[in-house]
Amino acid sequence: MAHDTTVLVLGGGSTGCGIARDLAIRGVDVTLVERGNLTGGTTGRMHGLLHSGGRYAVSDQASATECIEENEILRNIASHCVEETGGLFVQRPEDSDEYFREKLAGCRDCGIPATVLSGREAREIEPYLAEDVARAIQVPDGAVDPFRLCVANALDAERHGARVETHAEVIDLLREGDDIYGVEVRHDSGPGKRTHATPGTTEEITAEYVVNATGAWAGRIGAMADLDIAVRPSKGVMTIMNVRQVDTVINRCRPKGDADIIVPHETTAILGTTDEEVDDPDDYPEEQWEVDQMIDTLAELVPIIEDARTIRSFWGVRPLYEPPGTGTQDPTDITRDFFLLDHDERDGVGGMSSIVGGKFTTYRAMAEEIADHVCAKLGVDARCVTAEEPLPGSEDIAVLEEGMDSFGLRSPIARRSKQRLGSRAPDVLETNENEANPVICQCEGVTRAEIQDAVEQSGSDLNAVRIRTRASMGNCQGGFCCQNMANELHPRYDEQTVRDALDELFQERWKGQRHALWGEQLSQAMLNYALHATTMNRDNDPANAPAQVDYAQFDGGA
Amino acid sequence: MAITDDVLVIGGGLAGATAALAAAETAPDARVRLVTAKQSTLRHASGLIDVLGYAPGSEGQEQGQGQKQKPIVDPFAELDTLPTGHPYERVGGEAVRDALEFFDDIAGDAYAGGHTDKNALVPTHGGTVKPTARYPAATADGLASDDRDALLVGFETLPDFEAPLAAAHIESAGAPFDARGVTLSFPGIVRDDAKVTRYAHLLDRDERVQSPGGSVNGEIGAREALAAAVESHLEGEPRVGFPAILGDDRPAAVRESLADALGVDVFEIPMGPPSLPGLRLEDLLYAELEDAGVRVTSGVPVVDYEAADGRIDHVVVDRNGAEIPHEAAQYVLATGGLVGKGIESGRERVSEPLFDCHVPHASDRYNWFVDDVFGEQPYARFGLAPDRELRPLDSTDDPEFRNLRAAGAVLGGYDYAAEKSGAGVSLATGYVAGTRAGEESV
Ligand SMILES: Cc1cc2nc3c(=O)[nH]c(=O)nc-3n(C[C@H](O)[C@H](O)[C@H](O)COP(=O)(O)OP(=O)(O)OC[C@H]3O[C@@H](n4cnc5c(N)ncnc54)[C@H](O)[C@@H]3O)c2cc1C
Ligand SMILES: Cc1cc2nc3c(=O)[nH]c(=O)nc-3n(C[C@H](O)[C@H](O)[C@H](O)COP(=O)(O)OP(=O)(O)OC[C@H]3O[C@@H](n4cnc5c(N)ncnc54)[C@H](O)[C@@H]3O)c2cc1C
Repeated sequence: MAHDTTVLVLGGGSTGCGIARDLAIRGVDVTLVERGNLTGGTTGRMHGLLHSGGRYAVSDQASATECIEENEILRNIASHCVEETGGLFVQRPEDSDEYFREKLAGCRDCGIPATVLSGREAREIEPYLAEDVARAIQVPDGAVDPFRLCVANALDAERHGARVETHAEVIDLLREGDDIYGVEVRHDSGPGKRTHATPGTTEEITAEYVVNATGAWAGRIGAMADLDIAVRPSKGVMTIMNVRQVDTVINRCRPKGDADIIVPHETTAILGTTDEEVDDPDDYPEEQWEVDQMIDTLAELVPIIEDARTIRSFWGVRPLYEPPGTGTQDPTDITRDFFLLDHDERDGVGGMSSIVGGKFTTYRAMAEEIADHVCAKLGVDARCVTAEEPLPGSEDIAVLEEGMDSFGLRSPIARRSKQRLGSRAPDVLETNENEANPVICQCEGVTRAEIQDAVEQSGSDLNAVRIRTRASMGNCQGGFCCQNMANELHPRYDEQTVRDALDELFQERWKGQRHALWGEQLSQAMLNYALHATTMNRDNDPANAPAQVDYAQFDGGA
Repeated sequence: MAITDDVLVIGGGLAGATAALAAAETAPDARVRLVTAKQSTLRHASGLIDVLGYAPGSEGQEQGQGQKQKPIVDPFAELDTLPTGHPYERVGGEAVRDALEFFDDIAGDAYAGGHTDKNALVPTHGGTVKPTARYPAATADGLASDDRDALLVGFETLPDFEAPLAAAHIESAGAPFDARGVTLSFPGIVRDDAKVTRYAHLLDRDERVQSPGGSVNGEIGAREALAAAVESHLEGEPRVGFPAILGDDRPAAVRESLADALGVDVFEIPMGPPSLPGLRLEDLLYAELEDAGVRVTSGVPVVDYEAADGRIDHVVVDRNGAEIPHEAAQYVLATGGLVGKGIESGRERVSEPLFDCHVPHASDRYNWFVDDVFGEQPYARFGLAPDRELRPLDSTDDPEFRNLRAAGAVLGGYDYAAEKSGAGVSLATGYVAGTRAGEESV
């Protein structure tokens, strides 16, 4: 039977995109389907810590070793997505000395470079650390942008011939007897790039082999073919501060706990996180106490956080898994390792494997192992090269280091554009050499050329533009720039499409701010609301119900 | 030694300025002082004077798409239907009319709309249209409730306003005319990120710029160059709209030059921050304050107060670290809302930071909002609850101080963004608070 594609990957998170890229480079014909935007699942809702492995150096040394190996690889192949911030495990007076020693020894056992600093030395690096921080272990933690990294994998997969379909939800697995041979998807607005207000369609995609990389949702996919995959989704909260109170990743040096990491991320710092099992990865409570706990507990490490401005909070769900019969009670004790479930071996149903568990930091190694497995099944004999081949944007480090003003932009903006785009900067910014290139998002310094490049990739979906550019992710949370971003869709897209795209982005930006509505951010919310409702009347836009307005009744001028 | 006045107004936005002017008019012999910390909300605001565009909803209700309301044609006819506690209900419909008349006198030719009770529908830079009661003269030819065709002109370096999109949107909104948009490059703008004041000053001063035809000997005035750039795009439309950047100090002259050169009417579409029409209104008010003899102390915050026997004895102004007592017989608090910082909040509570007047609000901060961004947002109604004299009330409904009134966005019980009532409430309450303070000060 002829198949539409050789391998069909379900899920456009880091795992799915990593697998698609790996297979595509090996010459395998791949299709990837994702129900929302790329990173729409857990990958877009994580803490952004590129683990050194230090966190697992006592509890799980296999993971720790894998982390440091992958950490070093990503610094090379994804340099434009990684900020080498370094990290500190800080000890407060009440934290145990014994654990501190174990942590240090664990790091050394796993090959994680680790240096002990006195409290004073630690405060020289991070002046806002609490006065009573006793000492710290310095490790090579980093910050990673999951959006750009994931998109770069998908882009590279496409460059190698893959088909990537976003807004394509799997609604059924095609199974005949003991063989899974494809899926049925529902395209939100037809296949190809998303365009708002285009009617949806369904499509059957057949494949020689299906890889289920839907993370916390893997159980739902399995159920479509009567397979039992016991994923235990566990939620965690993250709270975003408006500035970087720290430039180094700050971890609390104690066995395990909530609210124990601060990651500096671009213009912000992100506090996290918690670990609590939930029933439904699409519908779980997002609660006030979780946000309060982040601030109160992490203020023990960095006291100024207590009164600082937070711009939003968000939650993610870990796709935790343990083999049947393990029976761990506390989700924090469930292994962070990943599992490859070959449903042929496990359930006697051929044609599909599922991947569950794991970490973002080790996505590449996971993808390699899975791609090896799939290639073995297909009889493909090609070596994995993803540990050496840079991702698009990171190919040529010299490009990143060019003069800052070469694009006629204010220097800090040029620098930020280049950091985001990496070696793609000339391609993206030079295409518009003779056209104006004003700043569209002031908070993050994103210019028209970058927005247009993202629209090129992702259609009328402004959330997809956002994750590619960071536009609307700064202090104003889109209040001042959502409108400008939407303007950039025109005339490529018509007025109705632009209006729908704007409404969707604005509502999405509001969602996370609800958890930061006090102090400066509440004032910002009122300003944003006034701008959109008072100045623009977007809340009662007659275009949404034009028949209701009889213009002739109103003042038509003196 | 304390500085002594009869009336002291705290906060120099639209409400404070109106209160000071009303006090000075009511009590010509009184010494009136205005103390204000920073620039007011007017730099954000569009410069339109909304009175009431939509009937207020009830707090906490989620308003879904599709249940949109009709704009109100005659705002003055609706004033008596407002719920108890709404600032307009507090001062009464007649006072709102008086306040608008007071404003019309102050604004003179700079504003239009006073010829009728009806709202006008004005295009916004987002392409929607909104109901408003008074609009700057610069916008008078741009009404969407005027059925003449219009050409909208945007600039490639001003990403806030995409003229062809706005034109299409205005048509989707059902406006009774054909609208077209073009995007041009602005003569004389060389930087992609020039500030809006740069555009305005080019036109104010009619600076010499490269002529758009690129003629070799060609430097011409900025106004002529702009008109020349637009001219070839006109297809018989009798009016042309620009984003609100047509001059800062001499907007009327700029419009006139463009209109003469093009032979059509020229108008401005109000924009977001920083808003030149808002800043022009602020300039107008401050010139008026000077004429009225109001003593204005700006750039300094009021930081503290002393009270005795239920009255404020004096307030303390922080002038570069020096604490200067200011005493007066009557005080008006016009420090703005969440945006102007007259209302503040923390994780636990919402407060009025200067006198700690009572601000009604839910104790759980997750009840400060609803999930639909354009739903009936409780936070938008945060502010002081006054009696009919506009004296802020404490939690047991007694006046906090006998000689303190409040006006403008520091008041609660209304959502100016949803209702489109911001400037109207500031004018009405500023007018009433200032008048009463003037009366009682002597
Ligand atoms: C709170 C939190 C913090 C974390 N912090 C870190 C960290 O700092 N560092 C780190 O290394 N790791 C971190 N992780 C772990 C890491 O984020 C995840 O392990 C990783 O992102 C999982 O990627 P994934 O591709 O497997 O899953 P996902 O990103 O969830 O991808 C699965 C995709 O499948 C899609 N999908 C679901 N159903 C369907 C369907 N029916 N049809 C089509 N598509 C479908 C989803 O939309 C989703 O995009 C964190 C996790 C959480 C929850
Ligand atoms: C984005 C936006 C758009 C708007 N658009 C419109 C519109 O189109 N139409 C309309 O009718 N209305 C509009 N409004 C509403 C309107 O402009 C004002 O918000 C309203 O008039 C409130 O004015 P105010 O004088 O009460 O407060 P503000 O303008 O906020 O002024 C308060 C002043 O008090 C000062 N102050 C605060 N604390 C102290 C202190 N302790 N000591 C001394 N001074 C202090 C502040 O510095 C400020 O100058 C808009 C508002 C916003 C935010």
